[in-house]
Amino acid sequence: MAAPTLEVRNLRTHFFTRAGIVKAVDDVSFTVERGKVLGLVGESGSGKSVTGFSIIGLVDPPGRVTGGQILFQGRDLAKISEEEMRDLRGNRIAMIFQDPMMTLNPVLRIDTQMIETVQAHKKVSREEARQRARDTLGMVGIPSPDERLMAYPHQFSGGMRQRVAIAIALLHEPDLIVADEPTTALDVTIQGQILAEVQKLAQTTGTSLIWITHDLSVVAGLADDVAVMYAGRIVEKGPVSEVLDAPLHPYTAGLIGSVPSRNKRGEPLRQIPGMTPSLLNLPPGCAFRSRCPRAAEACMAEPGISEILPGRETRCFFPMNTPAEQAA
Amino acid sequence: MTVYLVRRLVQALFVVLAMSVIVFIGVFAIGDPVEILISPDADQIERERAVRALGLDLPLWHQYLVFLGNALQGDLGRSFVFNEPALKLILQRMPATMELAFGAMFIALLVGLPLGLYAGLRPNSPASKTIMAGSILGFSLPTFWVGLMLIMVFAVQLGWLPSTGRGETCSVLGFVGLQPCNVGLQWSWLTGDGIAHMMMPAINLALFKISLVIRLTRAGVRETMLMDYVKFARAKGLSPARVTFVHVFKNILIPVVTVVGLELGSTIAFSVVTESVFAWPGMGKLIIDSINVLDRPVIVAYLMIIVLMFIAINLIVDLTYSMLDPRVRLETKGA
Repeated sequence: MAAPTLEVRNLRTHFFTRAGIVKAVDDVSFTVERGKVLGLVGESGSGKSVTGFSIIGLVDPPGRVTGGQILFQGRDLAKISEEEMRDLRGNRIAMIFQDPMMTLNPVLRIDTQMIETVQAHKKVSREEARQRARDTLGMVGIPSPDERLMAYPHQFSGGMRQRVAIAIALLHEPDLIVADEPTTALDVTIQGQILAEVQKLAQTTGTSLIWITHDLSVVAGLADDVAVMYAGRIVEKGPVSEVLDAPLHPYTAGLIGSVPSRNKRGEPLRQIPGMTPSLLNLPPGCAFRSRCPRAAEACMAEPGISEILPGRETRCFFPMNTPAEQAA
Repeated sequence: MTVYLVRRLVQALFVVLAMSVIVFIGVFAIGDPVEILISPDADQIERERAVRALGLDLPLWHQYLVFLGNALQGDLGRSFVFNEPALKLILQRMPATMELAFGAMFIALLVGLPLGLYAGLRPNSPASKTIMAGSILGFSLPTFWVGLMLIMVFAVQLGWLPSTGRGETCSVLGFVGLQPCNVGLQWSWLTGDGIAHMMMPAINLALFKISLVIRLTRAGVRETMLMDYVKFARAKGLSPARVTFVHVFKNILIPVVTVVGLELGSTIAFSVVTESVFAWPGMGKLIIDSINVLDRPVIVAYLMIIVLMFIAINLIVDLTYSMLDPRVRLETKGA
């Protein structure tokens, strides 16, 4: 088997604020194989976006990657220079942002924003770059791309803007796309269209995807693997169908339980009690302890991540749905 | 576009009309010029003759209508003092004020934009903190004092720059060689000596504006750098120079253009202090003298010209917006 597109090992990204060190990403490891989609799931502030920005090297001060390796096709992105990183950005690794209304520069025409991206990485004429931009716009389903190239972002709807952003990400047929909640701000119907198209593109071009989201239904439909983050750490990861069917970690189970469709009509929604702890001063031990129905004395110590079932890892002393538990 | 321009011009017409009424009444309220203009020894008959000659015997509304009728024919009245058309007096002095104001604005942008950009990009560096501290000085030091200090240091102590007057002047056509230099509107910036004379008053006027531009630019950069589209531009692998000078810069120009436009207007209209300190023979000096002797036609004509100028500047600023920001369109285009 070929080397994975991306292998993140023990990544730590910390923010050095006046109030103290915020461990936004703490000891995170995962692997994305070529052409596969990894869903990175978690609540707001769980560190999933910061993980994405760490990979593409855009963590702004006071934050910085303080440890671990980000092996992209065997090269450690945490070690290379800013120039080398810039060479990869938008070229081999692309990113799609959450809010399509904000990601395109309002005062520049679409053609300017696309051509500059092509020319940043390839020595081609303006005309060739424009050709490439037009083809890519067509590929993401934008009608009459020639005309749309001359338009400004405000002349597009939100869904169309996100398609343009995706087209920009695809300009150089990257090996990895980090998508940071790209469909959260869109209508459900548009979201469905975009998901279907992205999935198709990933399969045909062999591009790997990291899909950051808090929406489990998106992950269920799109991802091959899923990693669930809580308070800067991955608490569970594994193949998406297995994780969603029989979660090992109580937090994953809680997330699944809070999706409305999983409840019977008329029944109250099952919520996870309490709130996400402040990353500024995490209590020792398991970060989910105070909200966990299965918490016990042992949870005062910090659980390590371990492979409990083949291909499935979790960070919990009392995992659910284990064969032993199901037998009992 | 044409519709927009026509609408703006009609609006401007009403503004001018309203302003003319306000100015006329305002100037009338200041005082009676007869007391100042006519010698106290003059007898009653002489007085009445003078009053009638100046048109001051008519009721105010009648005076206004006469003024309006003449103004429509391009005649803004004759100065009581110089017995010359007020418009001519003002236009003679206009180039001096204009070049000073534009010179000051040019310096302000040339110095302010780069410094503001730097301070915005590296807000915590010692250089940025120095720039910001300097801008506070620029804001708070009184213009006349800075003017006097400039004269003391550069004219008196060092003797590098002349302290008063416009120096050698030349007309644009004369500069190109189409006619003798002394025919037509006279400009100082066309001669070396003129530029030397302009230097200190222009810098003096620019000081406040530099500070303003620095602060505006810095605030704009700081705000824009946090926008998603800047981060997205970086995620596309663009060079820092491209991100700064294309993606950030074009967005911060909008507030800068607004303020610079308005500042330019007020500099042209009210650079009285600097013109007095450097004995610069501009419009500011003229208006102060005219107010002192209640030379009504000159005051009214001056204010009308200033109103027209502000209208023109605002229109240009609006047109510039539409060039800088595609979301501001002066006409509705089918999307």
